[in-house]
Amino acid sequence: MKLVLNGSPRELEVHPLKRLLDVLREDCGLPGTKEGCGEGECGACTVLVDGEPVVSCLVPCAQVEGCEVVTIEGLAGDHPLQRAIMREVGSQCGICTPGVILAAYPLVESPRRPTLQRVREALAGNLCRCTGYEAIHRAVLGAHAERHGTA
Amino acid sequence: MASVGTSVERKEGMDRATGAARYADDLRFPGMLVGRTIRSTIPRGRVTGVRLDFDPAGFTVVDHRDIPGENCIALIERDQPCLVESVIRHAAEPILLLAHEDRDRLCAATVHVEYEREEPVFDPARSEREFKHITIVKGDLDRGFARAEVVVEGTYSTGAQEHVYIEPNVVIAVPEPGGMAIHGSLQCPYYVLKALKVLLGSEANGVRVIQTETGGGFGGKEEYPSMIAAHACLLARKSGRPVKILYDRNEDMVATTKRHPAIVRHRTGLTREGKLTAMELDVLIDGGAYCTLSPVVLSRGVIHAAGPYSCANTRIEGRAVMTNTPPNGAFRGFGAPQTQFAMEVHMDRIAEHMGLDPFTLRLRNALKPGDTTATGQKLGSDVSAVAVLREAARRTGFRRKRAKLAGTHRGIGLALFYHGAGFTGGGEVMLASRAGLETTPDGVRILVANTEIGQGTRTMLAQIVADALGVPYEQVQLAQPDTSVVPDSGPTVASRTCMVVGGLLERCAQSMRARLGDASPAEHHARHGRLEVVEQYAPPPGRKWSDETYRGDAYATFAWGCDVAEVELDPVTLEARVHKLTAVQEFGRPIHPALARGQIEGGTAQGLGWALLEHVVMRDGVMANAQLTNYVIPTTLDTPPMDVVMLENPFAGGPFGAKGLGELPIDGPAPAVVNAIRHAGLDVRAIPATPEALALAPRLAPSADGAAS
Amino acid sequence: MRTVISGFSLRRPRTLDGALRILRDEPGTVPIAGCTDVYVTLEFGGTPGTRYMDLTPLSSLRRITTRENRLVIGALATYTDLQRSRLVRARLPMLVESARLVGGIQIQNRGTVGGNLANASPAGDTLPVFAVADAEVVLAGPSGERRVPFTAFYTGYRASVRREDELITAVEVPPVVGKQWFRKVGTRAAQAISKVVFAGVRGLETRLAIGSVAPTVLRLARTEAALDKGSLDDALAALAQEIAPIDDLRSTADYRRTVAANLVRQFWSETA
Repeated sequence: MKLVLNGSPRELEVHPLKRLLDVLREDCGLPGTKEGCGEGECGACTVLVDGEPVVSCLVPCAQVEGCEVVTIEGLAGDHPLQRAIMREVGSQCGICTPGVILAAYPLVESPRRPTLQRVREALAGNLCRCTGYEAIHRAVLGAHAERHGTA
Repeated sequence: MASVGTSVERKEGMDRATGAARYADDLRFPGMLVGRTIRSTIPRGRVTGVRLDFDPAGFTVVDHRDIPGENCIALIERDQPCLVESVIRHAAEPILLLAHEDRDRLCAATVHVEYEREEPVFDPARSEREFKHITIVKGDLDRGFARAEVVVEGTYSTGAQEHVYIEPNVVIAVPEPGGMAIHGSLQCPYYVLKALKVLLGSEANGVRVIQTETGGGFGGKEEYPSMIAAHACLLARKSGRPVKILYDRNEDMVATTKRHPAIVRHRTGLTREGKLTAMELDVLIDGGAYCTLSPVVLSRGVIHAAGPYSCANTRIEGRAVMTNTPPNGAFRGFGAPQTQFAMEVHMDRIAEHMGLDPFTLRLRNALKPGDTTATGQKLGSDVSAVAVLREAARRTGFRRKRAKLAGTHRGIGLALFYHGAGFTGGGEVMLASRAGLETTPDGVRILVANTEIGQGTRTMLAQIVADALGVPYEQVQLAQPDTSVVPDSGPTVASRTCMVVGGLLERCAQSMRARLGDASPAEHHARHGRLEVVEQYAPPPGRKWSDETYRGDAYATFAWGCDVAEVELDPVTLEARVHKLTAVQEFGRPIHPALARGQIEGGTAQGLGWALLEHVVMRDGVMANAQLTNYVIPTTLDTPPMDVVMLENPFAGGPFGAKGLGELPIDGPAPAVVNAIRHAGLDVRAIPATPEALALAPRLAPSADGAAS
Repeated sequence: MRTVISGFSLRRPRTLDGALRILRDEPGTVPIAGCTDVYVTLEFGGTPGTRYMDLTPLSSLRRITTRENRLVIGALATYTDLQRSRLVRARLPMLVESARLVGGIQIQNRGTVGGNLANASPAGDTLPVFAVADAEVVLAGPSGERRVPFTAFYTGYRASVRREDELITAVEVPPVVGKQWFRKVGTRAAQAISKVVFAGVRGLETRLAIGSVAPTVLRLARTEAALDKGSLDDALAALAQEIAPIDDLRSTADYRRTVAANLVRQFWSETA
């Protein structure tokens, strides 16, 4: 199957029903996407498929044929969201962090300024056990402000 | 420039945000096999036959006969087998281990186990075996009740809680020349090492345990990893190849430890003005099938059970008992959330009964400097019970809102609580922790076995050393916790890492500073080679504790908290929604304010989940709702805005005035929320206070704060 | 993941006819789309099959349009599609609400209307909406297209009239006259399975439907009739007879009964 992974075209020979999560971690050498539950409940495995956050533990890889997939490794490494989440301590143990960043990414990239309620809703599918979410919200709002120059 | 007290950049840098952080399941070793555990499907009985029903090619199979030393996971007792020999005491007990290179072959393998069933015991009140009994006596209870003008009784209960660290348990055992390396998601590498030494007996040479990046612990990776490490180790030993055992979420929830369920009975005497004269309590905790840490959970639970209050006559009886369920174990708070839930709801019921407001009742009884606790510990200026209570009440307009919301669907409730830092009584002496500091070409390196599990260990300890040594924070690194490299500085539990281990490192730094003279560590290293300083724990002078009488100085110091919850009951769905949670906490002072705030916000959310959402459903002795779909923890939409206040009261016995903080925040939210629900008119005395439970709760008639009619 | 998939197969037909041919020639093939339940079912005891067929290439099934003033929602429309659709927002706001509450955004981006219907769970969040909207399920099969009134679509627990060689291609919804009302009571505020899920329309007639309190989604015909006669008390009595909630891992029969009644009351008072 062919897809565009983190901006580069890739061709993979994998079973079509293999979970996208496993393909990323095992066949593509990208272990940044994490498995927290295998049920689509925790959001730790969130990736972007054609710009939309999905839980990769529930995606048969054949379904991303021809799609653009972005994992945490596909972000520049110093995106305002990445910096904000570390600065605000919106990441403690870090295992949920890649999923949280990708779930929040479209919200931060969109020029429309999100309310705190919108941030909560955007992240309602990402479980964090360490932070109580407050610092994550601060980070996302701060990242949006920085990204769009409204800081 | 001082780093203590500022929110410096964490030692991990950006790795967590870029996907560069490597957790155990991200690691690969050449020739690695995957392991799988075959578990009991009955809660009590015997194994009468095991039959392998698969092509054995490529498989490694391990049973109890493959254990060279003692078949146990050594902890306080040695009662818990590593692998079942024949007796089964809980469902999901491990019987057999398989490993194979091919995950598909491994998962497809079928094993038939035959059993002879026996009648299991699930009700702790009917238990046939007691793991531990503790009695705490202060003053003269009979005289205390004789003086009482009001007596209030009540029974309170708390349910089990599953940790739900987002990274499930995982360990990789890797044979290496001369021994075996155990890489794992764990909190206490030396606990694992000790357990493996007993398991392997004379073959234990050359075993080292290394903590990998860990995706959450909360106590769930305090003692359980010894079991999974033992399994991986046995498979690796037999196959000669690295073996990874990774639990999926379902197995992790079914088979690993949970918070001890508890039932607490109170009988309390007071004067007409609301001053405590007598407190009698019974604490019963369900330990599950094996002892694990139940005696210590009970210990912390009973020591905190009488709450942060002054009472001259107190008697606390505590029992930890056995049932045929998977063993319960460490979970943040470790007995204190359970007993303080009971105490704080009981205090509100006393207030209701006497027509006093909850703030005033607590103010009249809160511990002050010079007072003694239930174990007879005399408290000094490191007490902030009144300060946190006053600040929380002031900040939330508590008394005004109590009056204003009475008779509505909304309620406001508070809880006053405390948490001892470090191991109880003589525990720290027994641990005899040692911490080290060495010079390197670039600065210094901290050598401790304490683990970073999200709470900021690396960062906080580096800040303490940097300032004590007088070097920039950037020049202080930490060695990865590897038992072949670092000394045993004790486990990462019990709110001890900052105060106890940080304190040891502060002494190391001071000692090193004296030896360095004018040279920087790097300069000294260049001139003289490596300089290492090791310090061992010494108890503060004058501390007295007796395990026999359970009297004396239980902890070096306590941290203090007061939470206020503002809640609305939905009349249609009976859901209790927390609109706001105010947490006022005193823990000496924060070393890293943002990390400290994170502990408070995170612990608070975990406490709220325990109070309202998290329900472990047991059927036939095993967790039946072992999926995140059915065991629900709070999402962003379930968690209220939190107002966090960190009061400072520097503690002379802690590094730069710091006490311990990791557990305090989880002691308060559940009783604060339940007290708010009570204010909104429902008689709740147990958690989880799910909507199903609230729909059945008797109504409380409201009145001018707050006597029930 | 424990389930071994190496022996499973996945077909990806390019046309609807191709998909129907596969169902006809290879009975037992399981159609999949958003897959928000497939892996979960595999892992937790269900054995839906070993041969799968991915419908997502059939992009024509994802359209949301109108046909003679009826709203036509393609079976592959996702919950996000529903929320973004001007047509759905204008005509069926209760469907938008159900889509918003179905789960976190990751699930909304993947789960489909067709999947919600075909999965046939009594807790399906869109099902009460389609039931009160008097929708029609459009099925394509070897003998062409047929339509089934939504209220006749389910025959029992996880059972529908869809034959093995048929595919749900769309749901058609006539104009809804009256106030639309929807409420889901889940296990928590977000990313939750419903304990009770309720939709109502108050127009000249009242229409009520409820999920998670019986083996299938229910239209509450007798409760509706009592409300139309003006008696809330009679309606609640009828409700108690029409629903059959059970205890399960997430909730209790008692709680569901209490909440169902409260929802009827809340609906009635808020749509007055």
